[in-house]
Amino acid sequence: MCRSREINLDSPLPFGVESRRLSTFMQDAEYAMSAGTVTHDRRMFVHRLGKLVLDFLTLMGDLALFTLSMFRWMIPGWPRANVLWPVMYQIGVQSLPVILVTGGFIGMVLAVQAYEQFAMMHMENQLGTVVNVTLLKELGPVLAAVMLAGRVGSSMSAQLGTMRVTEQIDALTALGANPVAYLVVPRFLACFLLIPMLTLFADGIGVLSGWWFSTHVLGVNSFYYWHYSRAFVNAFDLWSGIIKSVFFGAAISLISCHRGFHSRAGAEGVGQAATEAFVYSFIAILALDFMLGFFLMELFEVLFPKVVIV
Amino acid sequence: MNSFVEFRDVHMRFGHQPILRGINLSVESGKTLVLIGESGCGKSVTMKLMMNLLQPTGGEVRWSGQPVQSFTEREIVAERLKFGYLFQGAALFDSLSVFENVAFSLRQNMQLKESAVREIVQERLRDVGLDAASVGAKKPAELSGGMRKRVGLARALAIDPEVMLYDEPTTGLDPIMSDVINELIIRTRQRRHVTSIVVTHDMHTVRKVADRVVMFYPLSRLAPHEPQILFDGTAEDAFRCDDPRISQFVRGEARERLLELNVA
Repeated sequence: MCRSREINLDSPLPFGVESRRLSTFMQDAEYAMSAGTVTHDRRMFVHRLGKLVLDFLTLMGDLALFTLSMFRWMIPGWPRANVLWPVMYQIGVQSLPVILVTGGFIGMVLAVQAYEQFAMMHMENQLGTVVNVTLLKELGPVLAAVMLAGRVGSSMSAQLGTMRVTEQIDALTALGANPVAYLVVPRFLACFLLIPMLTLFADGIGVLSGWWFSTHVLGVNSFYYWHYSRAFVNAFDLWSGIIKSVFFGAAISLISCHRGFHSRAGAEGVGQAATEAFVYSFIAILALDFMLGFFLMELFEVLFPKVVIV
Repeated sequence: MNSFVEFRDVHMRFGHQPILRGINLSVESGKTLVLIGESGCGKSVTMKLMMNLLQPTGGEVRWSGQPVQSFTEREIVAERLKFGYLFQGAALFDSLSVFENVAFSLRQNMQLKESAVREIVQERLRDVGLDAASVGAKKPAELSGGMRKRVGLARALAIDPEVMLYDEPTTGLDPIMSDVINELIIRTRQRRHVTSIVVTHDMHTVRKVADRVVMFYPLSRLAPHEPQILFDGTAEDAFRCDDPRISQFVRGEARERLLELNVA
């Protein structure tokens, strides 16, 4: 990088912008920043914004390549049962308690919050509708995914990060195993296949707890609760929640494994990888929820064009 | 000219930090090459480049005279199995038992019967002085540092490599266990006729195992046109050398480097 060292940073156009290709310019800019040759007060808002955008694009590109290599290894590296089962046990079975507790509370919280509004309009009997639609379409899948990201995502990323730092990932390669096939594929499969079931558990317990709280504590009539629920909740609501959850599961596993693979050394590096795994997964879940919600709404109108609810 | 691994003008840099510059090196078959040099001068990176765990940013690494870039991915995986790598911290898989660790590459790469795997694992563990019956079921976390290194060696030797790479094999071990490891390096070479490459800071190891010593110097302390390999010769020559940078290193004397302490 001798070329970059010769850049005169005091001149008004430090990088000779007009004569270079954009990529070289970006490399130089990044170099100048990382090498600390640009002093603090020269780091204007636009520099930081540029760095942020570059970092984001690099991250997205790297994640995309990581995903591609995972898919490429999916078939040739299909995990053996003795590798896949422990991962599935850890991700599926051991997550069940937290998922059930979360689901149970969401159902009741929804009932509490919606009840007052409905009571004001004397529509308590229709409480089941809003509780169950919200639960199946939104909160069931999203909160199950958030719990999975917190419980499983950060632990996967810390585990793979430790393996990276202690050279165990290099050791896998050295012993003729592909780390992506051996570590990422089973985790992806486990998240991808099990999250719909965890979501169904969260949905189920949420529906029951919402019903129990509405009828036994808030005094809503049980017959009308189910009657209106059945009238307004359709299979598409349930399916849209399940479809979303599959995308959430894929995103959690890929982001967490990617963060683990790129963990920096030391306790701090691994800790940061675990934090990033959760934060990035959470953002991805909400972003996907928004995009899929919009897409599925459009899809519903295409599939069932003239549904008029009376 | 009979060398399995060869470096031709290899350059390596991480981000903007250059680590290796213009390295030319070939390793003679059946001999033991010891790499010495300060921490951060690129010794471990050199070992990883040899096995293609890292790819050089310039120049080429050759395996049996063929540039590694010309191999397909499948061939690289197969060729890599000709190497055994003893990692610095042994890098045992901590979710697997000692037995499973040693059996890993056998199960991964060969279609062997479970009884054959068991036999080989027992033999490899016996070779490094461990008893499969007593340590086989333990997890790596339950072992001492010396035992972990020996399990790591047994694992690296499981599928009869032609080249053994040892990354600081005696670091962190007591003097007796260090000597046990040195002895194992020599025995492994005699018994299996492997080519060995050892990265070490331990001058006992250098004296004991080296056929040839190569010393690297950190790029940050070199002028742009000085070669990075300071010394290439026998161990005796290294200890007799009058280049202050080399004699200081092999005798472990800081001298004018102490001045750097006062800067901060």
